[in-house]
Amino acid sequence: MSRSTALKFFSCGIALYCLVPFLWLVLTSLKSSAELTAIPPTLIPSLHWGFYRSALKDYGLLGYITNSVIVAGAATLITITIGSLAAYSVARLRRGWTNVYLMLLLAISMFPQIAIAGPVWSLLDRFNWLNTYQGLAAAYIALSLPLAIWILTTFFREVPSEIEEAALIDGCSRMQALYRVVLPLAAPGILTAALLVFIQAWNEFFFALIIMTDPNVQTLPVGIALFPGEYTMPWGEIAAASTIATVPLILLALIFQRGIVRGLSAGAVKG
Amino acid sequence: MRSSHRLAFLFMLPSFVFVALFSLFPIIDSLRLSFYRLILTLPWLGQKMVGWENYRDIWQDPVAFQSFKTTLVFVAVTITFELLFGLAIALVLNETFRGRGLMRAIVLIPWAIPTVVSAQTWRFLFNDRYGLVNFALFGSDSSHYLAPLADPHFALFAIMVAEIWKTTPFAALILLSGLQTISDDLYEAASIDGASAWQKFRHVTLPLIKPALLLALLFRTIDSLRVFDLVFIMTQGGPADTTNVLQFYGYKKTFAEGMVGYGSAIAVVVFLLCLILSIIYLRILKLDRIEGSAP
Repeated sequence: MSRSTALKFFSCGIALYCLVPFLWLVLTSLKSSAELTAIPPTLIPSLHWGFYRSALKDYGLLGYITNSVIVAGAATLITITIGSLAAYSVARLRRGWTNVYLMLLLAISMFPQIAIAGPVWSLLDRFNWLNTYQGLAAAYIALSLPLAIWILTTFFREVPSEIEEAALIDGCSRMQALYRVVLPLAAPGILTAALLVFIQAWNEFFFALIIMTDPNVQTLPVGIALFPGEYTMPWGEIAAASTIATVPLILLALIFQRGIVRGLSAGAVKG
Repeated sequence: MRSSHRLAFLFMLPSFVFVALFSLFPIIDSLRLSFYRLILTLPWLGQKMVGWENYRDIWQDPVAFQSFKTTLVFVAVTITFELLFGLAIALVLNETFRGRGLMRAIVLIPWAIPTVVSAQTWRFLFNDRYGLVNFALFGSDSSHYLAPLADPHFALFAIMVAEIWKTTPFAALILLSGLQTISDDLYEAASIDGASAWQKFRHVTLPLIKPALLLALLFRTIDSLRVFDLVFIMTQGGPADTTNVLQFYGYKKTFAEGMVGYGSAIAVVVFLLCLILSIIYLRILKLDRIEGSAP
């Protein structure tokens, strides 16, 4: 077997591995009820949109989507704002204690969720923030700040400090230099960090489950996990909701592929 | 200089407030609560300091013991396959061929899918009446169909398959970034010396991606110890507690049964397990770097 045939063979194998389970989900969502339970399974569905309609109408999918957009969106915006400030300081002020802070963040990012879940729940309870957008968003901000600060620090360090010093000499304040010079130059990195934080918040399940017990404020992952089934599972509707939850993420991942791969390895390899 | 120090401190403060409120304070509070008896369904008992009693109870709780074992098996099996598959994928993606960009994008798909969605997908694939897995094994003869998720011998295996499928790409990407740091000259030199493909892999590739391998191992171990979503959706810890991993057991005790003290003690055990494993890995990684940099 020549080298190029072998590569083609392995590539096909990897593509099948990555795509088949997800494709099956999408195909399932486009079936009719009869096709869904058919044996042997129907490979090519008749492009029924019935499951999408009933997921939206009978299972309140639109509400879950809205809640997810609000929580993940707000968490991303605030995390990136706060994280950029911190990462900028760490990147510019290479002192011992900034490194201690980075190490502390790394350690925190390794906490298992269950180790902090109870006290986070009682804290939000005391604020009356259970079942609120700000409650879940606040938890997400804290959870994604370590990752965001690590990635942003790597990107800020790549902006040459000479450019910034020139701006300072020209009479900019520190804040202006950050705002007008550093941020535009680090924009691609900030976008990457924002994407990773958004994906993390969009997919998060554990804290969403314990903080949001009221169906009106639940996010998509909780909705999909708790899809009610009286006698049989509503597989078609679950598949439809899952497809809707996943397609935007896959598009983002495909469009920003390079940035994401760089961001992931910046967060991981520099450790 | 002084003022820029103060500014830096001010810039870091907001992030620290969040981290302190939602991570540092909670971990300390969990530790404190693990020494108390606090049961939400029996509020009249109040909050009573009981010393090591919760930990003694864990020691004598057969479910906790099984949960500990299940978690370790889960972690060991999943990270082994993730690293093996991840390395294979990384080696292919590191070659130059047409369509490599597309392949790298495709590999990101399982990573981008929400875990909840992948859990439902695999739950459906393993379904006992119209799952694709059953059809692949037994064809149309549904009388032999299995219910893997309700079978104590297969449920954990099914969850492992779902976990490995989704997280292998992450391992592959970290290993790929390790492979990309290896210069082509080394391979050429090895070729001139007459090294076979296997020898090149064994003596050039493997030693040089050891740091990346250890990092992937560290991140994957920590993440695998935290498995929850898959268990919650696919089996709820059953059948017969065979998939009741520690994080799920802790959740069940604290949030479903209201045993906050006992649940906190389980949480502390999971935390310590994570901590010990990360310290060991980081030690090896550091030792390796120091030895590697020695002349």
